[in-house]
Amino acid sequence: MKLTVWTYEGPPHVGAMRVATAMKGLHYVLHAPQGDTYADLLFTMIERRNLRPPVSYTTFQARDLGADTATLFKASCQDAVDRFDPQASIVGAACTAELIQDDPAGLAETMGLSSPVIPLELPSYSRKENFGADETFYQIVRSLAQPQDRTPRVTCNILGPTALGFRARDDVEELTGLLSEMGINVNVVAPLNATPADIARLPAAHFNVLLSPETGEAAARFLEKNYDQPYTKVVPIGVGATRDFITEVVAITGQSAAIDESRLRLPWWSKSVDSTYLTGKRVFIFGDGTHVAAHARIARDEMGFEVVGIGCYNREMARPIRALAKDYGVEALITDDYLEVEAAIERLSPEMILGTQMERHIGKRLGIPCAVISAPVHVQDFPARYSPQVGFEGANVIFDTLIHPLVMGLEEHLLTMFRDDFEFHDAAGPSHHGGHSPLPDQDASGGSLPTKMKDEAAPDNVIWLSDAERELKKIPFFVRGKARRNTENFALEKGLQEISLDTLYEAKAHYAR
Amino acid sequence: MNRPLPPANGGCRTAPILKERGQREVFCGLTGIIWLHRKMQDAFFLVVGSRTCAHLLQSAAGVMIFAEPRFGTAILEEQDLAGMADAHVELDREVERLLSRRPDIRQLFLVGSCPSEVIKIDLARAAERLSQVHAPHVRVLNYSGSGIETTFTEGEDACLASMVPVLKDTKERELLVVGALPDVVEDQMVSLLTDMGIGPIRLLPARRIDDTTAVGENTVFALTQPFLGDTHAALERRGARHLAAPFPFGDEGTTAWLRAIAVEFGVSEETFEAVTAAPRARARKAIAQAAEALRCKSVFFFPDSQLEIPLARFLTRECGMTAVEVGSPYIHDALHGPDLDLLPAGPQISEGQDVDKQLERARVARPDLTVCGLGLANPLEAEGLSTKWAIELVFTPVHFYEQAGDLAGLFSRPLRRKSVLQLEAAE
Repeated sequence: MKLTVWTYEGPPHVGAMRVATAMKGLHYVLHAPQGDTYADLLFTMIERRNLRPPVSYTTFQARDLGADTATLFKASCQDAVDRFDPQASIVGAACTAELIQDDPAGLAETMGLSSPVIPLELPSYSRKENFGADETFYQIVRSLAQPQDRTPRVTCNILGPTALGFRARDDVEELTGLLSEMGINVNVVAPLNATPADIARLPAAHFNVLLSPETGEAAARFLEKNYDQPYTKVVPIGVGATRDFITEVVAITGQSAAIDESRLRLPWWSKSVDSTYLTGKRVFIFGDGTHVAAHARIARDEMGFEVVGIGCYNREMARPIRALAKDYGVEALITDDYLEVEAAIERLSPEMILGTQMERHIGKRLGIPCAVISAPVHVQDFPARYSPQVGFEGANVIFDTLIHPLVMGLEEHLLTMFRDDFEFHDAAGPSHHGGHSPLPDQDASGGSLPTKMKDEAAPDNVIWLSDAERELKKIPFFVRGKARRNTENFALEKGLQEISLDTLYEAKAHYAR
Repeated sequence: MNRPLPPANGGCRTAPILKERGQREVFCGLTGIIWLHRKMQDAFFLVVGSRTCAHLLQSAAGVMIFAEPRFGTAILEEQDLAGMADAHVELDREVERLLSRRPDIRQLFLVGSCPSEVIKIDLARAAERLSQVHAPHVRVLNYSGSGIETTFTEGEDACLASMVPVLKDTKERELLVVGALPDVVEDQMVSLLTDMGIGPIRLLPARRIDDTTAVGENTVFALTQPFLGDTHAALERRGARHLAAPFPFGDEGTTAWLRAIAVEFGVSEETFEAVTAAPRARARKAIAQAAEALRCKSVFFFPDSQLEIPLARFLTRECGMTAVEVGSPYIHDALHGPDLDLLPAGPQISEGQDVDKQLERARVARPDLTVCGLGLANPLEAEGLSTKWAIELVFTPVHFYEQAGDLAGLFSRPLRRKSVLQLEAAE
């Protein structure tokens, strides 16, 4: 038993729903009690989908438990097939139905339904949403893919994008364009917008592009093993990764490719002088493993940030993220407990967070700007405009995303110059955020901050003298917390009881980069 | 005077009810925690359940209430199910940890879920045991918000019903007002009743545990929410008497609700008029403004919060709408009867749900406005129907006079929006 307040991932049957909802012509019969239908709103509200997810819930109640929930399941199955006439169905149990052990797979098998039924075994009490999506997609591919000849021209499949994926819609479009420039047609994109008939055609492609390892890797491995289709290991998020991806594809296909980079703006935007202020900004990166790995590289190599910590919430990616952390000389945080993430951020006091919606809230609390780079998603993560993450346009989008929460280059200098000006004071926040910028001493979520977070009180044994305290207030707010902590640590190390103006500047010199 | 007249064509109380059983597109009772934890400021709601329960709680609110919320889920794991860990020992440990971290918590609700009910974790026993350990500082109660037993707002009912047995005894003749209302609305209600000379007024739930809510055979109680059937029964078991009335939505509902109490406490007609005249006039004016867009429009209610019948009464009688179908998850005559009496005959009254069949009826009827849950709203909008999310009716202050205009506005906004948007290409 573990106390949880907010979770990064839903239960595994929500992962199955992400696959079912992404597809067309597939129906999911879910053995579940009343209330589990809440998951529909994730798709209709967060993603603004204009169709109900293709899911029938058996909706059993307490009074059914003693009676016959198995019959209820069979009736729902028959109803769904009659009403929606799917090309194929997936059947499974949500967490409560798993406990009553009706065996949806076995029940559906005995019914002799007119279309294929794919049973799912998703252990609700040990696994989570990404596993559910990955496993569901794998089972669908395993059941439906048919041996066949390769297409005459070189083609590939794009595997992994699901409903509620982080920018999946635009990533598919950008990636399709990039591949087309390389002379490669896309055979099937799956699961997003694929029908069961499309799944059957997967083996016609020459290779697979694995866009989302979280939700497509099991299927990619299966196709590699059984249909001799290699799959790409690099996810093309960021400039370097996109170039590596192109190289990888060239190696697989043996076709050379001349890619037009004229639309790629990130490198010049990053070199131009206004970006100087980005140098060495200390960033903490947290999200799903794939996006974290991509953003660590972007942050260090393409933005010139200093990566002070990375981590992921999906345990399946723990190993690669740990290895990556070693490369970056930081410790990896593998956890799905947001309180641990919050504690790590507080301890590392980064100048910016690249994270999920959870970290955005943590950033609000701590007064640290945050850019959202990964699921779990929020209605804001489905912008109306085209905003992919992959490929060269993706890199441009990411550049904008990463600098948006920050105070602009020149503005940062002006803030330092005019910090006592009544309308240009340092607590005003970035000027392009209007009245909504998070102020460091205000909890934007409406609650009140625990006092310790406001402007952290000095350790009991160190006293700030008033001249030093005044000087500290003159330091711009976005570095003030760090200056305070550094100075206190310095004082502790030196065994000082009091912090004077001199101590402050000695500490500054000590920590100078 | 001013008593609501029953409709000329008869009401709906005796109308045949279409009872349906099938897929239900509703939340489970856990959802009530979202508003209950804001209402009871010293309470913590600990759900004993699965990852699905935790995911529901963070999704249902639509936004995260990130200032550490006073609710959480003790997620059952494989070892709890396999009997490798004693669920009660585990629960004691989690509660101990929680209460030591949150000394501000004075009442703890252990909330049962589908999985905890199915594997029969005895939360009543756990609550009793934990109460002894943590008394007198913390009171521990339990109720079930599971989907196999409760629909959406029934979670609040189960929570309040769990508090009734521990209310102190009183012989005083007191008014007890039952149902969680936003503080601002509750204050308005208390001041209206106080101005009529009625008092003391006790509230369930009280904002804090130290409050002096008590119950006994001289207690009379009024319900502010139409989904409190079990609480109603629990209070009657303690000897209290229910004042049946239409629910306080709109001018008419609020007046009838207040009048039922005023009559019980012998308030004179003059006093009643003096206290209610001004806010009534304001309510009428506000409703008239907001309701312009609603006149002669049809409305279709999918079952959601059990507010459907009183709201249909308000929309038909005060906003000039026609009800096509009024669906409610459950209909209790003792609670919904007075509103059904006033609802003009005509609409199909339905109880329970088979969502696909009901969607077919809505598509045939093509109502001007469909009141439904969040899972259905966008798909129906995409089919060209205007919708109102039912959950907003539970999260927004809508009771009593001063909110009557806002209530009408909630329904008229989707129609107004439809009329202002000019998005189709010119012919």
